[in-house]
Amino acid sequence: MNNFDTDKHFKFRKLKNKVFKYFLYFLSSLSIIPLILIIVHIFKNGISAININFFTSLPKPVGESGGGILNAIVGTSMLVMIASVMAIPVGISTGVYLNEHRKNRLSYYIQLSAEVLQSIPSIVIGIVAWIWIVLPMGHFSALSGGIALGIMMLPTIIKSTEETLKLIPHSLKEASLALGVPYYKTILKVLLPASLSGIITGILIGIARIAGETAPLLFTAFGNPFLNFSINKPVASLPLLIFNYATSPYDDWHKIAWGASLVLITFIFTLNIFTRLFTKKYKVKF
Amino acid sequence: MDNIVLQVKNLNVYYGSKKVVSNLNIEIFRNYITAVMGPSGCGKTTFIRTLNRMHEFTPNAKAEGSIILNGQVLDKMDPILVRRRIGMVFQKPNPFPTMNIHDNVIAGYILNGIRMKKSDLNAIVEDCLTKAGLWEEVKDDLYKKGTFLSGGQQQRLCIARALAMQPDILLLDEPTSALDPIATAHIEELIVELKKDVTILLVTHNIAQAGRVSDYVTFMYLGELIEYGTAEQMFTAPENEKTNKFLTGAIG
Repeated sequence: MNNFDTDKHFKFRKLKNKVFKYFLYFLSSLSIIPLILIIVHIFKNGISAININFFTSLPKPVGESGGGILNAIVGTSMLVMIASVMAIPVGISTGVYLNEHRKNRLSYYIQLSAEVLQSIPSIVIGIVAWIWIVLPMGHFSALSGGIALGIMMLPTIIKSTEETLKLIPHSLKEASLALGVPYYKTILKVLLPASLSGIITGILIGIARIAGETAPLLFTAFGNPFLNFSINKPVASLPLLIFNYATSPYDDWHKIAWGASLVLITFIFTLNIFTRLFTKKYKVKF
Repeated sequence: MDNIVLQVKNLNVYYGSKKVVSNLNIEIFRNYITAVMGPSGCGKTTFIRTLNRMHEFTPNAKAEGSIILNGQVLDKMDPILVRRRIGMVFQKPNPFPTMNIHDNVIAGYILNGIRMKKSDLNAIVEDCLTKAGLWEEVKDDLYKKGTFLSGGQQQRLCIARALAMQPDILLLDEPTSALDPIATAHIEELIVELKKDVTILLVTHNIAQAGRVSDYVTFMYLGELIEYGTAEQMFTAPENEKTNKFLTGAIG
């Protein structure tokens, strides 16, 4: 028996282990505190604004009580839809290309630009969309806002498509090709279905990211107090409405801003939970 | 010449400037099992991948020479057609993870968009799974995912999938190297059983396996075909010194 095995030595080691363990628990639980505080705060302030009316009516002029955010809900849905229609096909195709051609020059530049695009400040994308689309068109529009958001969504979809495709074993592609399945069908019917969960996850994360964006919409979608379904006209959006109402001097409007924040946060929260469920359920085992 | 299904003349395969298969000549006999033996890296996998033109997916790979399948020049055929006539089973079982067992067997039909009556497809599924010796084990689980099967079962599923296309030749690229001995024994029995329906080319670096299942044996070394003959002759009286050394364990 040597002194490594003594009782005292063991006790001290076990104590150190325990301290270390609780230290980890403590620090990692710290990271969820901000989120909880934000949610509690928004919930407390926003819940009183929420009723059926809040979802089904338009904002009232200053001084009149009540009023809802229907215009912003419709606007945000339109913007998300325009952005998705643009970004999803382009993003998935780009991801497929990057996975198929890992080492050539073009994919190097695509990868680089996707990474840079991800880190461009959203306000800059807004300004660019303003110069490209709003100026030539001569007016603000849902289209220009959707395009700005679509550009922001692109890198997320490209990355997630590429990353999931990378995880698919090469043997699967060979299995399909060896059956005499043409290349394009191998991609469309074997590789993409097998990576569906990852691609959908990327899309949902992308939507969650852009649904809360304000800056790119300031010069593009602009905001609109009335209900609008035309992509050619300005539309309201939840974050824009929150920005405008929260910076106004009226208490009624502050309340609506809190309510809208709650709606937005609930939407993003639900989207994230769906993403998790989706990833789990459709995870493909190889 | 009716019993020759595949004729390879002066085949050279290069990866970039590196020659991996050099001047290979061979005739493969119908409804026999031909084993391709040789140490790792001798070009046997490359050789059989050229036979169904899978090498075309490897960047820089280039094949020269002529391969004739049933009197047709392989290079002049559509590669997609070539791969339907010459099926392939890989080292690691690779069933399609998004498909159930039933769909995996007829994956070649589904993915190629070949439309058939449902009853015909079901008949193919049963027939091929029976041939692959898997029917009894999976007949109640046909609509479960193929990836839930054991490794050996997955490999038999892959064989069934290849058989479903009714190929002339089945290329097996070390089909048991990822499997345990019991599953290996199963597959070997199956291979012997299958030769009445299809010509089989079996790549293996397991000498004992080649001895157990094959009718003809080729020995490749450093990209060259060293010797080719009946299994009996190759294992009892190999003509070439290198073959003898490989069989006795002195090289490889």
